[in-house]
Amino acid sequence: MDTLVAQLQRQFRDYTISLYHQGFLDDQFTELKKLQDECSPDFVAEVVSLFFEDCEKLIGNMARALDQTGNVDFSLVGSSVHQLKGSSSSVGAKRVKGLCVTFKECCDSQNFEGCVRCLQQVDIEYKSLKAKLQDLFNLEQQIVQAGGRIPQVDI
Amino acid sequence: MALGDLSSSSTSELHVLAVDDSIVDRKVIERLLRISACKVTTVESGTRALQYLGLDGDKGSSGLKDLKVNLIVTDYSMPGLTGYELLKKIKESSAFREIPVVIMSSENIQPRIEQCMTEGAEDFLLKPVKLADVKRLKELIMRGGEAEQEKTSNLISSPKRILQNNIFFFFIIFFIITIIVIFIV
Repeated sequence: MDTLVAQLQRQFRDYTISLYHQGFLDDQFTELKKLQDECSPDFVAEVVSLFFEDCEKLIGNMARALDQTGNVDFSLVGSSVHQLKGSSSSVGAKRVKGLCVTFKECCDSQNFEGCVRCLQQVDIEYKSLKAKLQDLFNLEQQIVQAGGRIPQVDI
Repeated sequence: MALGDLSSSSTSELHVLAVDDSIVDRKVIERLLRISACKVTTVESGTRALQYLGLDGDKGSSGLKDLKVNLIVTDYSMPGLTGYELLKKIKESSAFREIPVVIMSSENIQPRIEQCMTEGAEDFLLKPVKLADVKRLKELIMRGGEAEQEKTSNLISSPKRILQNNIFFFFIIFFIITIIVIFIV
């Protein structure tokens, strides 16, 4: 019979793999994990936390710009999208980054409906990733609390 | 993080100034550099970078010469002063033009890359920046630094070497003369 630690470790491994396979994360997230060690044990959690704060701020900017009915500054929206694309790329948030590419195209072609749609999707997507990563970090905590080591997952 | 700094102090430690308007990217580049045993200062804009270096025209302060920045890594697209404009200002300054400047960008635009390299950028990194990129960069900079050191040490020791060579020459002559004298006698 599996110990609690072994069960949790298997859950963690399976969950991590699914996040990659479903396209939520890409290899830049793996790169971030390489930067985490005993000196900086919460590095990944800290970076993604900054990323989600950034998402909130930038999405707010975009929403405000798109709210100026009849007088939307698409270059302003575009510049926020560009920033979001950059930071999502830096943390390995693959789906968010993909949506930003589409969003940028809508800004460039001044497609208002397209921009509104993209904004909604980006909002849903970052919140979904936030919840999933929170689950992942919770699993890590549970493993450590149960006296186990967080397994290295090769994708 | 401060403890991390203290434990990695060596004479060959590079001090890197990292410039990026994205807080996420600043956090990542800072960690990439720290884990590569570099001392790091991050600023959020080209203007702040110039202030840090004392190039913002404010008293033209050279009192900051103790700063000893060995490398500047900057994002290209930033509001206000772009990375390219920052590069130009650094290359125009007599105090800092020798410092290698590396540009980072999420966009692989050939004319942009060429423009930066022509202006004197040491390298152009595509974001997202990886650990392998930073390690390669550090080796490049350290090798450049060692080559500089060797050049200066050669210049310094050459008068000494000429003297050493002369002493050796005289000794040989003296020895030969002694042998000749012994033969004659």
